[in-house]
Amino acid sequence: MRVEAKLLLGLGLFFGLMCAVYWNWSLENAGGVMMFAAMLLGFLPGGYYYFWSRRMRARPEDDPNATAAQGAGVVGTFPGTSIWPFTLGMGAFFTVLALVFGIWLLIPGLGLVGWAAIGGVSESRRGGRV
Amino acid sequence: MTDLLERPAAAEHPEPAEQHGPTGLLKWLTTTDHKVIGLSYTITSVMMLVIGGALAELIRAQLTSPNNTLVSFAQYNELFTMHGSVMIYLFAGPFAFGGLANIIVPIQIGAPDMAFPRLNALSYWLYLTGSITMLLGFFTAGGAANFGWVAYAPLSNSLNTPGAGADLWIGGLLLTGFSAIFTGVNLVATIFYLRAPGMTMFRMPIFTWNLLVTAILILLAFPVLTAGLIMLYADRHFGTHIFSVAGGGVPVLWQHIFWFWGHPEVYILALPFFGMATEIFATFSKKPVFGYKGMVFATITIAALSLGVWAHHMFTTGVVLLPFFSIMSLLIAVPTGIKIFNWIGTMWRGQLWFSTAMLMAIGFLVTFLIGGLTGIYLASPPLDFFTHDTYFVVAHFHSVVMALVLAGMGGLYYWGPKVTGYMLNERIGKAQFWFLFIGTQVFTLPMYALGLDGMPRRMAVYPHDPQWKALNDVASLGALLIGLSTVLFVVNLVVSWKKYPAGDNPWDAQTLEWFTTSPPPHHNFYRLPAIRSERPTWDYNHPEHRALGHGTREESH
Repeated sequence: MRVEAKLLLGLGLFFGLMCAVYWNWSLENAGGVMMFAAMLLGFLPGGYYYFWSRRMRARPEDDPNATAAQGAGVVGTFPGTSIWPFTLGMGAFFTVLALVFGIWLLIPGLGLVGWAAIGGVSESRRGGRV
Repeated sequence: MTDLLERPAAAEHPEPAEQHGPTGLLKWLTTTDHKVIGLSYTITSVMMLVIGGALAELIRAQLTSPNNTLVSFAQYNELFTMHGSVMIYLFAGPFAFGGLANIIVPIQIGAPDMAFPRLNALSYWLYLTGSITMLLGFFTAGGAANFGWVAYAPLSNSLNTPGAGADLWIGGLLLTGFSAIFTGVNLVATIFYLRAPGMTMFRMPIFTWNLLVTAILILLAFPVLTAGLIMLYADRHFGTHIFSVAGGGVPVLWQHIFWFWGHPEVYILALPFFGMATEIFATFSKKPVFGYKGMVFATITIAALSLGVWAHHMFTTGVVLLPFFSIMSLLIAVPTGIKIFNWIGTMWRGQLWFSTAMLMAIGFLVTFLIGGLTGIYLASPPLDFFTHDTYFVVAHFHSVVMALVLAGMGGLYYWGPKVTGYMLNERIGKAQFWFLFIGTQVFTLPMYALGLDGMPRRMAVYPHDPQWKALNDVASLGALLIGLSTVLFVVNLVVSWKKYPAGDNPWDAQTLEWFTTSPPPHHNFYRLPAIRSERPTWDYNHPEHRALGHGTREESH
């Protein structure tokens, strides 16, 4: 986890330095603000990873001498199949089309988004199926 | 069904899991398997390549004579806008980080799937619907978007570009933008949390490293574009004046926002293809990647610098800090040079195998060098003032992106057998390579000359000048050759359909994806080898020539 943290913190640091140089030199706000936000995007997750990298047990994927057996055990839960991503995607599609073809398309659009949100969450709870 | 997934210990060889679940259309609609989603991405994006290519052929056909009337001015504007948009937004990025990355990255690091499989499926559906939304513009009364793929304000406001086509363009980009962001989240989480035991960060293949850096760049850049698009839509329909002078807005703000996404986007496109080429060079030279850590740091440096160069697209606006952006742009040449040096170093004194994939990668290297070197000229403001908005710029970025197409085709020939279990025909592949490679140079080199001669881009007609006509004709011939190469690719797919079984590791390759079966089973691995270097499959297959850890030295005797 250390390498991951250092990567993000390093990027954040670089963006911070670049932001300071650029903003002071150019006095142009749009780029300065965007670089500042980029710095935060390096520091926030990087800081989180750094915090936990010092507190968590060493993971087998960070151990150069780990055996496959060390990684045995539960990796996580993976849904086999699910219709909800498709439903949500179609909802987003109709919602965007509503921006162009008429506000009435928000009815199927947001309806599908809501249906997919409920369906997807309950699928996660009970271990769903198609 | 939701599977509670356990990783078996090495000694176990569980039986192949019974493949149950839906088939056919329902399988495609409901799958969360990264390989199926990645394949859907690949097929859709190659279809976008064909559509974008067809638009390009129409552009080149129009330019074969000075006052051609094949298409009207308005249609020409639609053509170049949609050609650029389809190629950049709908082909190059999704092909790399949605298609091949989605399939290959989890297998390269020994993961059972992407970290968020349902989010991954949603990414694909947003990409597909976004593509359809953008292309729907062709079927509206006013035609598709016609303000160039960069949609500069104030040209893109509702007075100058009314109509549904432009709004569909914005809507399509919103959808594909979210799709890219979700894929970025997924890639970072997968690479950080789902690596196999022993797969430390500095043992990941270069392709995976490049995709990690690409994903971080996506997370930095795409939200900016999405925000900008919402502002543009608000300007067009809700009466705001963010980008119009009339209401106190600033048109050049759009350029800042667009290019703050747009330049990192160049590297979001390029880095995955760099990774593909790196893997191909190493495999077909039978050598480890030369300068592995240097390669990783070059990738990170390119990504870091790419956030500070956006305004080199805006030198001629007169309101940007020229020295800063010039220095930063020139600096990018250094890590890129390291990469090219390392690619040559990887091939140096290797056992070269000139398969189609290797030829494509070498073609990538040559073409990218041309595109990269002309980029150094453009980083210099005095030279940029002279060539801005001429065909020199067009030629520069077409050298770059055609290099990426070469690398991408190499990636398809290289990883295709892993994904499908069947090889593609090498003879047709090599013919395709020569058409593509020669076509690319015949297509781009005349445009450099045209640009230096002052021909502006985005013009449907040009003055009667025998030299300009001749150069344009040569460029159009090159475009035709490139088109033929794509036809050859489709022919190859048909001819080789399930004809040449590949086996698990047809190239004697080095990285982990070649350890599992072709195509890989559901959740990818029945067992994992001990991972002791960045090329575990090679170590397993060639224990007498094991790769050494970085910084260790074996005594020679």
